[in-house]
Amino acid sequence: MKARHKRLGFVLAGLVGLGLATWLVMNALENNLSYFFSPTEVAGNKAPKDHVFRLGGLVQPGSLQRGQELTIRFTVTDNAHNVNVAYTGILPDLFQEGQGVIAQGRMGADGVFVADEVLAKHDENYMPPEVADALQKSHNAATGAN
Amino acid sequence: MNSRLINWFKFSSPASFYPLAGKMVPVFTLIAVMLIGVGLYMSFFVAPTDYKQGEGYRIIFVHVPAAWLSMFIYLVMAFWAALGLVFNTRLSGMMASSLAPTGAMFTFIALWTGAFWGKPMWGTWWVWDARLTSELILLFLYLGFIALQGAIDDSRRSDRAGALLILVGVVNIPIIHYSVKWWNTLHQGASVSVTQGSSMSSIMLWTMLIMALGFWAYAIAVALSRVRSIILERERDTTWVSELAEVRR
Repeated sequence: MKARHKRLGFVLAGLVGLGLATWLVMNALENNLSYFFSPTEVAGNKAPKDHVFRLGGLVQPGSLQRGQELTIRFTVTDNAHNVNVAYTGILPDLFQEGQGVIAQGRMGADGVFVADEVLAKHDENYMPPEVADALQKSHNAATGAN
Repeated sequence: MNSRLINWFKFSSPASFYPLAGKMVPVFTLIAVMLIGVGLYMSFFVAPTDYKQGEGYRIIFVHVPAAWLSMFIYLVMAFWAALGLVFNTRLSGMMASSLAPTGAMFTFIALWTGAFWGKPMWGTWWVWDARLTSELILLFLYLGFIALQGAIDDSRRSDRAGALLILVGVVNIPIIHYSVKWWNTLHQGASVSVTQGSSMSSIMLWTMLIMALGFWAYAIAVALSRVRSIILERERDTTWVSELAEVRR
């Protein structure tokens, strides 16, 4: 066994050890590293009740209401559970019904999530408008919608 | 093992790598200029407008290749660092040092363009989600490596210390890459993946790949010309350097 084999062994063993340690830390931190809670997690009482957290999901189509005094109401869904959100402020460009959204705020006593910041979450799809139209048409044809 | 086609160890000597690098620099510079030129033209004039984000999405043609390169250069540095530790070759440490500033630059570009895109699209410049935070840590790793090497005068010791730092930090790379899968993040998932193909229209994808290849060629050209300077600096007392035409002049 030459000296360089020994050093190679040290480097490899070090990397494996570090990888293992990182994996353990990541496992221990698991949920704390998530940026937001989904409506299902909120329904399962996993989100904090008494302090600020972030709620993420899709804006349920048809749920957006622009009420009085600039307060906007909408429903965040993950297609399993829903959470109603109230927000007063300016919405980002990408905010739309059916689009991903992350709201920061706290649960009110009436079960409505009062947000003080709303961010739009973009998905990984990039395409020209014509392609998006064509996809929407074929989707509508497949699901039997208008 | 006497019948090796290429004797790789020959090029681990700075004296024989110096002229080879000198020949490769103009080739990769040319490739970089051509690919980035074509890529930028496609980014602005050929790639179509995005259906949801409008024109603002065009920043990904710089953002994504820069982010890829920031991670890839780190892996290459880790390779050189490990090689240097195991084989005790002088050139490995020089290669790692020559790549660091370019890697740091691409990391910074990725973070900067990401913030520019995030403000109109997400509604915020910055959030502390797993993807953004781990990419910021990558920038600190690069800067830490440069600072550590600068702080140690003896070049062999600074190479070894830097190599250790680089190898410890390599755990961050899979974290950056998989952060959007493992945790809920504000940053979207990968648009391009080896296993699942791409969720971009093909002309956008091609533009991005051409830009990425252009950045890659740029990184090679810059790293090689930087390593030539490092070789001259560290070997300045040797005979072969004093006999170089460009030194004698």
